[in-house]
Amino acid sequence: MSEITREEVQHLAGLARIALTDDEVTSLTTELSAIVDAIATVREIAGDDVPATSHPVPLTNVLRADVVGDTLAHEQTFAGAPSHDGERFRVSAILGEEQ
Amino acid sequence: MKDRLMDFDEALERFEPVMGFEVHVELGTRTKMFSAAPNPAHPDFHDAEPNTLVDPLSLGLPGSLPVVNEQAVRYSIALGLALNCEIATSSRFARKNYFYPDTPKNYQISQYDEPIAFEGSVEVELADGRRVTIPIERAHMEEDAGKLTHVGGATGRIQGAEYSLVDYNRAGVPLVEIVTKPIFGGERSAPEIAKAYVATIRDIVLSLGISEARMERGNLRCDANVSLRPRGQEALGTRTETKNVNSMRSVERAVRYEIQRQAAILAAGGTIVQETRHWHEDTGTTSPGRPKSDADDYRYFPEPDLLPVAPSRELVEELRAQLPEQPVARRRRLKAEWGFADLEFQDVVNGDMLHLVEATVGAGAAPQAARKWWTGEIARVANERGVEASTLVEPAHVAELQRLIDEGTLTDRLARQALEGVMAGEGSPSEVAAARGLQVVTDESALVAAVDEALAAQPDVLQKIRDGKVQAAGAVIGAVMKAMRGQADAARVRAIVLDRAQA
Repeated sequence: MSEITREEVQHLAGLARIALTDDEVTSLTTELSAIVDAIATVREIAGDDVPATSHPVPLTNVLRADVVGDTLAHEQTFAGAPSHDGERFRVSAILGEEQ
Repeated sequence: MKDRLMDFDEALERFEPVMGFEVHVELGTRTKMFSAAPNPAHPDFHDAEPNTLVDPLSLGLPGSLPVVNEQAVRYSIALGLALNCEIATSSRFARKNYFYPDTPKNYQISQYDEPIAFEGSVEVELADGRRVTIPIERAHMEEDAGKLTHVGGATGRIQGAEYSLVDYNRAGVPLVEIVTKPIFGGERSAPEIAKAYVATIRDIVLSLGISEARMERGNLRCDANVSLRPRGQEALGTRTETKNVNSMRSVERAVRYEIQRQAAILAAGGTIVQETRHWHEDTGTTSPGRPKSDADDYRYFPEPDLLPVAPSRELVEELRAQLPEQPVARRRRLKAEWGFADLEFQDVVNGDMLHLVEATVGAGAAPQAARKWWTGEIARVANERGVEASTLVEPAHVAELQRLIDEGTLTDRLARQALEGVMAGEGSPSEVAAARGLQVVTDESALVAAVDEALAAQPDVLQKIRDGKVQAAGAVIGAVMKAMRGQADAARVRAIVLDRAQA
């Protein structure tokens, strides 16, 4: 059994902005441990000669030509916005920094 | 709070500076990295209104899926090759997870463990001709974020903002991030190397034609990492990462500032906090941003919505065959082609005007004329205003200005007035000349009348000229030029003065 702790689950939930109840933390701690164990099993079977798979479909180079397509009109763009000034989305003040 | 700074020479005596750079290049494709929305970094879409270059993917709407832009991949490989990198046989995308309103998906699609290009090097040349090799760790593809404008608050600064406005036009613009390995041995040239490196990347990108690479527009952005270690110490010191460095000159100044600031702290027995710092162009200082924290746990994982990019060796070789010459070689060639003296050429390079002179020559100006405009009048105004020369006027306009002189439409003086108008945003040189009524007076009868009037007003001068003292004509020429408000060809006026004096 792997050792996923309650603290790790809480940390992860914090990073993902998900509020968890104590019960949820408990059940997720168990579930995540089981998932990590399952992955560990796969890792045992797959030796160094098996390349890591990041996608189930064995395809590469699905590319798009550099041709302009449709854009959204402002009324569509802002249709689901809680707040906007007609040109830009309005969000709570950011106490960070511009990236 | 004002930082204590140690004298630069003393700092260098006691500590060895180690640098590293992350340079972001916005690619000038027609569309975004992962969707067909127009790319604001492409000249056709520069002036778009906010949130008009957006599609569902740019806004992170549910159900929208990314598809990789083939041209962006080609550009990225070309850039990797120009940086002497290996090109991956298989390269994949990864999600970098963080919450910030400029990134509507709550993750940025980037590359993590399988960048498209890795293990390269770039040779840069310093003003004194020394060459320095900058080791490149990787160059990877990613997407840009939207733009935030902070509104309200007492100072308009971020901390006092009451709300922020978001424009997603830039969200999804194709980026290549170039990461260097630690750069040792720069010593007192470290600030100059920093500037030369970013200028070289800019030159490479321009010669590849993959980006406009204008720092003031954010096409090219540099984060500068600086750390110091006491002389004789093996372990690297704690580094700071300075962001918001938006000009070549700032790169040099920011590195110098961080060396002096960190040296003062270390010498006083303090410790350097590993943090992001912000460069302030106006004060020439850096200030702390946020410290490294939990938020930097980006939980990278392979992007499930995208398949690997596996460039064929044929494609790589095709792109390699099309590579333009390296910047150092290019410099030597241009110097020879233009026939500039060493000092003239150095002036151009130091002023970071090589590409501007080249573009001006490309637009039809003679090399010496192009050089004189950029290192003369334009550089003077740029210094006066504390901005980069490239922000003041387009090379094509400089070439046009020179053409107007060569054609005899403008005198040097009138051309400088026209340039002033161009820099004030009044239009092209021809437009400014028309609007301001700048034109050489070619009306011979008007000139003759003005000369006669000036000679009549200065009979003593007239007598001197008649006595053979031709240099005395200067006073009359001056008077005529004044009467013509400078809009006459001085050589022509002189000829008329001498002619009429004998009449």
